Amino acid sequence: MEEEKQDNGNWSRRDMIKGLAGIPVAGSLVWAGASKSSKGKDQRNAILEKLNINASPPPTSGSMAGDPVRIGIIGFGIRGPQLCRAIGFGTTSWLASMEEAAKKNKNDRRLKTFLEQEDLNLQITAVCDLFEVRAQDAVDSFSTDQLKVKSYKYHEELLADSDVDAVIIATPDHWHAPIAMEALRAGKHVYVEKPMTHNIAETYELVETVKSTGKVLQVGHQHRQTQSFLTAQDIITKNILGHVSLITANTNRNSDNGAWQYNIHEKANQQTIDWERFIGNAPMVDFNKEHFFRWRKWWAYGSGLSGDLMSHDYDRINCVLKMGIPDSVTASGGIYTHRDGRNVPDVMQVNMDFPNFTTGTSQEPGKEKGMTMVYSATLGNQFSRGTSLMGHDATMELGNSLSIYPDARSTRFADMLKAGDIDANIPLYQYDPATNGLDGVTSATAKYFADKGLLYTYRNGRRVDSTHLHLREWLSCIRNGGTPSCDIVAGFEEAITSHMGGISYKLGRRVDWDSEKGEIKPIEGYDLDEVLLADQERVA
Amino acid sequence: MKAENLSGSQLNGIVFFRVLIGWHFMYEGVIKLFDSAWTSKGYLMAAEGPFSGIFNMLGSGNMVGLIDNINVFGMLIVGITLIFGIWERVGTIFGIVLLLMFYLSRPPFPGLSETGTEGSYWFVNKNLIEAAGLWILYQIPTGAYFGIRRLQNQNS
Repeated sequence: MEEEKQDNGNWSRRDMIKGLAGIPVAGSLVWAGASKSSKGKDQRNAILEKLNINASPPPTSGSMAGDPVRIGIIGFGIRGPQLCRAIGFGTTSWLASMEEAAKKNKNDRRLKTFLEQEDLNLQITAVCDLFEVRAQDAVDSFSTDQLKVKSYKYHEELLADSDVDAVIIATPDHWHAPIAMEALRAGKHVYVEKPMTHNIAETYELVETVKSTGKVLQVGHQHRQTQSFLTAQDIITKNILGHVSLITANTNRNSDNGAWQYNIHEKANQQTIDWERFIGNAPMVDFNKEHFFRWRKWWAYGSGLSGDLMSHDYDRINCVLKMGIPDSVTASGGIYTHRDGRNVPDVMQVNMDFPNFTTGTSQEPGKEKGMTMVYSATLGNQFSRGTSLMGHDATMELGNSLSIYPDARSTRFADMLKAGDIDANIPLYQYDPATNGLDGVTSATAKYFADKGLLYTYRNGRRVDSTHLHLREWLSCIRNGGTPSCDIVAGFEEAITSHMGGISYKLGRRVDWDSEKGEIKPIEGYDLDEVLLADQERVA
Repeated sequence: MKAENLSGSQLNGIVFFRVLIGWHFMYEGVIKLFDSAWTSKGYLMAAEGPFSGIFNMLGSGNMVGLIDNINVFGMLIVGITLIFGIWERVGTIFGIVLLLMFYLSRPPFPGLSETGTEGSYWFVNKNLIEAAGLWILYQIPTGAYFGIRRLQNQNS
């Protein structure tokens, strides 16, 4: 210690060492840190360059300028109001509940997303619902001093109204196609919820009607606007996965709401509901509130897991791979949890085979063809299983975000795997447009939809309702021409595939598609539409 | 307690401790400085516990860039002052503030999620311990014994 206290003003050698020892330490740290960062960056850049994936958002659909498009809403139950919000119209009660929710949970951004939505320059001029309380809610919520929303008891009256340019159809499934066809013939453009149709015959009729009228029809598969799905298309085009032989997509729900046990409104009765009109082409039964509010539980009005939820998963993959209708479909399952009188299954597996389909290959010829898509669903468990596209070179997990894992035995990535640049257990590429924000999604069913990319997506880092973008695209085609992304061709493929799933389940046998004739191969002894619509769980 | 009252080996121990903490801060700061993609946003948005609202607010607004800079340069300041042995008291205060912020954003309180932590903690975690270590270093500056301040003192 004495040495330090000397006061001669000169630095001894020991002073120099003890005074400046920090310099090499700090220097080493800067060098180590900088080289680690740049090595990581170089490696990342090399991989990204090799993959060359384009994750930029698509251009916005066309201009919304001009006179407002006048919209008629047909069906204002659960999905109807959601579609109205996607075009800028929230009911009074929804707005109040969202304000309350945002106050309670700062991560709840539903109201903010709604308020930040672009004005699509349209008017809701008319509404039609068979339950008068709901129709009145739309009238009260959406009418202004300048424009009173007209309420019609029957859709024919709404379609005859010259103040309606286009209609949004959100009715039970068995009314989708009949109303869509009448609307097109009446000169209205149509946005129709999925599945596009409820039986085979009307699927063909609707295709003809769209062709003959030339009006714009968009089917409500809004995930076609989801950023990650557009990126996935680019990944397939660039053959990063190699030969995709298996796709798995799943539904897992474990709540009453997820099993279609919706609330029955207290004011529902024979005076407030037009029962005969609800039944439509379905077999007549006595007035039954449960059938009216929980119609998804019966084949007579709904389409079961195959039409209701598999249709989403099928179209999610079809928009990426464009593989079309499967050559054959086999389905199985049963009613295992919700034995409440329903006749649609609550557990269902649908195997869709595409023996001649190819996504390309990195291997020698002869190993590039054939793919099966397995849809697996239960309404008795909500463990999240993702959607996987499994290729020889890599597996893509696809939802609102997207990850690619290289396959340990990949041909394409063999060199990189061998060099240790990539690892089969670590994603080679990840794309998450929401990286910088956490979102509050309230119910389990909403989370299920959000994870699948069905609720919202991102544009330039901002959260946007994908249904809003999907409706915007439809409106743009009405205004500026063009073909919507889920047009009648995509709708036809989605509807036929769903119906094949339903028929296979009900008959307990394989159902084949005749691609030359463009029809489902007949099965001796059965009228396939009768099978599909039969109001019973199994036919054979 | 003053450094002058300590034995040589006690002083060496404290200097070693000082350099270790400086090392930890500096390397973390350098990594973040060179990683252009790094941001504190995810960390702030994933905050938990009684103060999560404040951290979420900081993470969701336009202030994230400023907070990123405070983090990176704060860590570098702590690292440089402790390693070089100069203005250590400024460095230790900076370090204590940063560590308490990290502590409060995900406090190891019972009932809160332990996701992302690699050990088991109950009120006390490594951030708190390192902050306490800095408090000791604040009390016993050793730059005059081992560091640039030694040269200053010799020259004055």
